[in-house]
Amino acid sequence: MLITFNVNNESRTIDIFPMARLLDVLREQLHLTGTKEGCGEGECGACTVMLDGQIVNSCLVPVAQVNGSNITTIEGVAQNDQLHTVQQAFIDHGGAQCGICTPGMVLAAVDLLNRNPEPSEDEIRTGLAGNLCRCTGYMKIFESVVRAYQK
Amino acid sequence: MRAFVPHYELTTPSSLADALALLKSEPGVWKPFAGGTDLMVLLEAGKLPHRNYINIWSLKELRGIDVTDSHITLGALTTYTDVQTHPVLQSEFPMLCQAASETGGLAIQNRGTLGGNIVNASPAADSPPALLAYDAEIELVSTDGSRWLPYQGFHTGYKQMLIAPNELLVRVRMPRNTRGATQYYRKVGTRKAQAISKVCLAAVAKLDHDQISDARIALGSVAPIVIRCVQTENSLRGRKPDAETIKSACATLSHEISPIDDIRSTADYRLQVAKNLLTDFLTTLRA
Repeated sequence: MLITFNVNNESRTIDIFPMARLLDVLREQLHLTGTKEGCGEGECGACTVMLDGQIVNSCLVPVAQVNGSNITTIEGVAQNDQLHTVQQAFIDHGGAQCGICTPGMVLAAVDLLNRNPEPSEDEIRTGLAGNLCRCTGYMKIFESVVRAYQK
Repeated sequence: MRAFVPHYELTTPSSLADALALLKSEPGVWKPFAGGTDLMVLLEAGKLPHRNYINIWSLKELRGIDVTDSHITLGALTTYTDVQTHPVLQSEFPMLCQAASETGGLAIQNRGTLGGNIVNASPAADSPPALLAYDAEIELVSTDGSRWLPYQGFHTGYKQMLIAPNELLVRVRMPRNTRGATQYYRKVGTRKAQAISKVCLAAVAKLDHDQISDARIALGSVAPIVIRCVQTENSLRGRKPDAETIKSACATLSHEISPIDDIRSTADYRLQVAKNLLTDFLTTLRA
């Protein structure tokens, strides 16, 4: 079926099977490989993207459900070569190590700060609870988010 | 092994009427597909035997929360995020909000729906214990019309429920009778987010002159279905929540539930935790 949607403010039309995972369409059809696959079952958050203003696990969204939607992937977070404050904070404060969880972490953090510009410690933990990291021990990520909104 | 997606059909009807007509035209061939948080996991694991789905996600008729003096009615596509942000649910139905906040993580809560949680029929689902304790009713519609039925009794066995192949679950409603009641919801799992429960208890009760009235208790992950524990409720009615009452209620509860050993926990642990949660609830009631 033909699906038309906006990805990072660009209209895209593709011919695809309706049950194809949004994750695979982004990576394989649109070559937006910033979105990662971790568990493939909605547990780890590596495939997080923004769909119509809400974060979702793109591994759990069949592409038929995004017809007419607006999607932001990690490639669309920076504006005009200017990194988002969250991305800059992850760089400055060691929030990324191997990098697999980072795109999802950054999107979850951007979403959190969009909804809640000065989150409490608990709110940061809840906002990122659906994103797993196996390298950092989370403290550097946590600190990066705090620094991002203090800027 | 992952599924071969060309084998699957996911058709998007333009209205509820179209969806119901399709369900009627080929009974059993089409199944509804909402937020996908359960079905897509099975798809990826190659464990989704059914092939043809109706994408109901964009049906506006299945969204929205209506409040009247007597009831609150939620569209079947109400997400966990919708639940947590609704003021009447926050003030009068906190157990449902808590269940929603402890289901998956935020990305799951943005897609997972109340209706999906019910018809997926997992005995470990998080919102059904709260819905049972709130005396929820559900509305099923087909091309033949609509029927409301009590949620209690809807699940008849593991993954079995009283819904015909041509029917769609469209609404859930709860009576607004929680004023003055003590409410208790606790999910016990491996970690706060993402985990599936080992045991989950939702309970509501009122005290009338120190005596328990109108106790409603439901548990998840301790039987083939999420169960309302009517015998335990009856054992409490008219009694003071003292140590003796708690002891007899725990004894009744142990006969009423049938936990098993599985990947997440053991029968012994589940039984003990269920009794501990009931004790904690009744102690809260006394305080």
